[in-house]
Amino acid sequence: MQIQLNGEARDLAPGLTLAQLIDSLGLSGRRIAVERNEEIVPKSEHETTSLTDGDRIEIVHAIGGG
Amino acid sequence: MTDFYQDQPLRIAGHAFTSRLLVGTGKYKDFDETADAIAASGAEVVTFAVRRTNLGQEAGPNLLDVVPPDRFTLLPNTAGCYTAKDAVRTCKLARELLDGHKLVKLEVLGDDTTLYPNVVETLKAAEELIKDGFDVMVYTSDDPIVAKELERLGCCAIMPLGSLIGSGHGIQNPHNIRLIIDQAQVPVLVDAGIGTASDAAMAMELGCDGVLMNSAIAHAHQPVLMASAMKKAVEAGREAFLAGRMPRRQTAEPSSPFAGRING
Repeated sequence: MQIQLNGEARDLAPGLTLAQLIDSLGLSGRRIAVERNEEIVPKSEHETTSLTDGDRIEIVHAIGGG
Repeated sequence: MTDFYQDQPLRIAGHAFTSRLLVGTGKYKDFDETADAIAASGAEVVTFAVRRTNLGQEAGPNLLDVVPPDRFTLLPNTAGCYTAKDAVRTCKLARELLDGHKLVKLEVLGDDTTLYPNVVETLKAAEELIKDGFDVMVYTSDDPIVAKELERLGCCAIMPLGSLIGSGHGIQNPHNIRLIIDQAQVPVLVDAGIGTASDAAMAMELGCDGVLMNSAIAHAHQPVLMASAMKKAVEAGREAFLAGRMPRRQTAEPSSPFAGRING
């Protein structure tokens, strides 16, 4: 299946969970927030959220700004 | 010397702050300089931006390690948002990022030449965010009618620009800032346009409750020294406002008495 991850197409194995995706990106335990199809996915639901084809995932963090 | 005057804290949405200087975290050379400048500024409220995580790169130090949420009141901004929808999404991401944190700095921009606020989208976003439980400190134009409307919607602080973001032009319309202050029941902070210490002092002398700045410190030749200058300027301006300036006169008035002059 293919998803949009931070605006870029990415091929993933079917059935992958959000937590597995985050882990594969080396972001486990980092201070991030995740949106799926423009809806927040709370941290508590990362394990139970399975990704599906066409999902648009945004993973964000804090950076310097004014 | 005894402490002859104890100022009231700056109160915003249930928080109480001793410092009336709020600072951003953008444009610094590195995180060390960011941390040193914030320490020198004495700021308790620190803004930051929410952006896509760089994927496929080694995860470096995180801004939230430099400004830990247990030591600072973090103020996520919606910089870079041009629609109410994007601003609301960004605030929700920030709330998730900070485990339910409700205080945000709303800014919805009009174009990338002026970064002037789009007040139509700002009003729309403010209404939606407040309905959703956010405490909204709002960046806006120096229009007193818009400021009043944002307060009516429930914004917890009104933050008019002094001049364009990052311009360093200071406070271009002090009379409008004064009008906004005089009518407001919530704190008014000048946000954007501060260039140097006298601009910050001027904002406080006008009666602002605080000043928010980033570039004036980060783009100074010596950011940490400028952060210290800004701390003093905000304190000096605040004390001058509270003390009440002397009346202006058209003609001179000697400070030394006439009586007892040797040529009298």
